[in-house]
Amino acid sequence: MIAFYTLLYKELLRFWKVAFQTVLAPVITALLYLLIFSHVLEAHVQVYPGVGYTAFLIPGLVMMSMLQNAFANSSSSLIQSKITGNIVFMLLPPLSYLQFFGAYMLAAAVRGIVVGAGVFVVTVAFTTTPVLHPLWLIAFALLGTGVMGALGIIAGIWAEKFDQLAAFQNFLIMPLTFLSGVFYSIHSLPPFWQAVSRYNPVFYMIDGFRYGFFGVADVAPQLSLLVVGVCFVALSAFTLILLKSGYKLRH
Amino acid sequence: MTRYASELPAIRVHKLHKHFGDLHALQGVDLEVQQGEFFALLGPNGAGKTTLISILAGLARADAGDAQVLGHDVVKDYRAARQLLGVVPQELVYDPFFTVREGLRIQSGYFGLRRNDDWIDEVMANLDLLDKADRNMRTLSGGMKRRVLVAQALVHKPPVIILDEPTAGVDVELRQSLWAFIRRLNEQGHTIVLTTHYLEEAQTLCNRIAMLKQGRVVALDSTANLLNSVSERYLRLKLEPDRLPPDLQSCAVSHADGFQVLALKQFADLEPMLAQLRSAGICIKEMELTQPDLEDVFVQIMGRAG
Ligand SMILES: Nc1ncnc2c1ncn2[C@@H]1O[C@H](COP(=O)(O)OP(=O)(O)OP(=O)(O)O)[C@@H](O)[C@H]1O
Ligand SMILES: [Mg+2]
Repeated sequence: MIAFYTLLYKELLRFWKVAFQTVLAPVITALLYLLIFSHVLEAHVQVYPGVGYTAFLIPGLVMMSMLQNAFANSSSSLIQSKITGNIVFMLLPPLSYLQFFGAYMLAAAVRGIVVGAGVFVVTVAFTTTPVLHPLWLIAFALLGTGVMGALGIIAGIWAEKFDQLAAFQNFLIMPLTFLSGVFYSIHSLPPFWQAVSRYNPVFYMIDGFRYGFFGVADVAPQLSLLVVGVCFVALSAFTLILLKSGYKLRH
Repeated sequence: MTRYASELPAIRVHKLHKHFGDLHALQGVDLEVQQGEFFALLGPNGAGKTTLISILAGLARADAGDAQVLGHDVVKDYRAARQLLGVVPQELVYDPFFTVREGLRIQSGYFGLRRNDDWIDEVMANLDLLDKADRNMRTLSGGMKRRVLVAQALVHKPPVIILDEPTAGVDVELRQSLWAFIRRLNEQGHTIVLTTHYLEEAQTLCNRIAMLKQGRVVALDSTANLLNSVSERYLRLKLEPDRLPPDLQSCAVSHADGFQVLALKQFADLEPMLAQLRSAGICIKEMELTQPDLEDVFVQIMGRAG
């Protein structure tokens, strides 16, 4: 267990030492989205009865920040270690692939949740958001960051150069998170795009997370939990298989 | 340190093969290193030394054959094998996020050691790193980074230590203190395997040597036997007058800087040579006998093998 805690500690220390970029910067980005979108749309859009657009936006922004940062943490840590070569420091000791997986994923979740909490705290200045179902909220926060942490490990292992990782981020993670109902309810979309959104797992993360705040959502939270839970198990299993095989890590 | 059943080899490599695409980097390597040995793995660039070490360390997977560290298979029983092994990698790598001490503590943790500061301090003292303990790795010079790599490999007091060119880019002073430290570890029972291109290091330190060429072991013997395998010794003479009697012309090798160099097959030939010089009225001003060194052996073996 000491080995696992050490790897987790190292991963946490790594992002904490550069918290300016890894925590503060994403909080500011989310704040900018909030300022701009709520300024433009507050007067025109009401998604759920009694919920103002700014309040509607906050859970989505918090979740989006959590997901993007969870992904960024594990993927950038791994690719940096691979490119600088210091990944050998983790490959030489008797760390098991389960310990490796657990530490990277947990650190990713922690970074995501720290950023998400930061975004939420800052938004309190704009509007008060109710928290009706905290357990649902926590469940989606954990599972959502877990999925992205695992995806980040996969991307970090697969990518051999920074631009490959950037491609993964720009062509997969960004579209999935932006086209997931962060800024709108999918009921406002044309039927075709509504149907497409239902194949986006991030939609369920955001929707379920939002249910934790307002007690209303586009789909039933149980369905969202099931989808996100299945994604989490499937991606974790895939990541473990990759790590166990030594794919791209042990030649 | 802990003793392991003495008949157990520290390292055992059996029919090891490794391909990189079309390149057959290891072509059936067999090797055994006994506990307590100070062993050198020599060979030209690209011979496969690092590849062999990587397989032992679990950084690479063999295509065929198997490898064990103190009886533990490096694939099936990887956790035990890695716990017993300390590897100094050839590439100069470091983690720019941490200081020297943080790096060493983290490395200890990976090996399951929590409070390891006494040993960390001892290793740092021996590698002359104490005044750099709180410096960020990024700010260290290349040689300093190399010392940290050595320290990292030793945090868990591994019974088997492999050093892949630990003295490349390291100044004379550290080279001496590093080897003194490694020698002490060897005397305490640690098995040492090193690669180096400074053959005099291998000659003075190692009791046994394997030479690799293009993925094959082309020589494997004690250092003494390898040195004896080159029979040629050379006699360097400064003569007055500076010429050789006709009978000695046949053993002349070269004539430069005022020295006549003669090949000496065996010591028994020395006496007649001197007698011939005396009878020709030639007087010896200076004389030295050069012993073959490991470099001669290396060049001969590499030239001969395939
Ligand atoms: N990851 C890799 N991919 C492709 N080829 C490789 C890889 N690693 C090593 N090789 C090749 O395998 C051969 C053996 O390399 P290796 O690094 O083991 O040599 P070495 O004996 O350590 O040489 P040196 O003295 O230069 O360190 C070389 O031809 C090298 O180019
Ligand atoms: Mg090498």
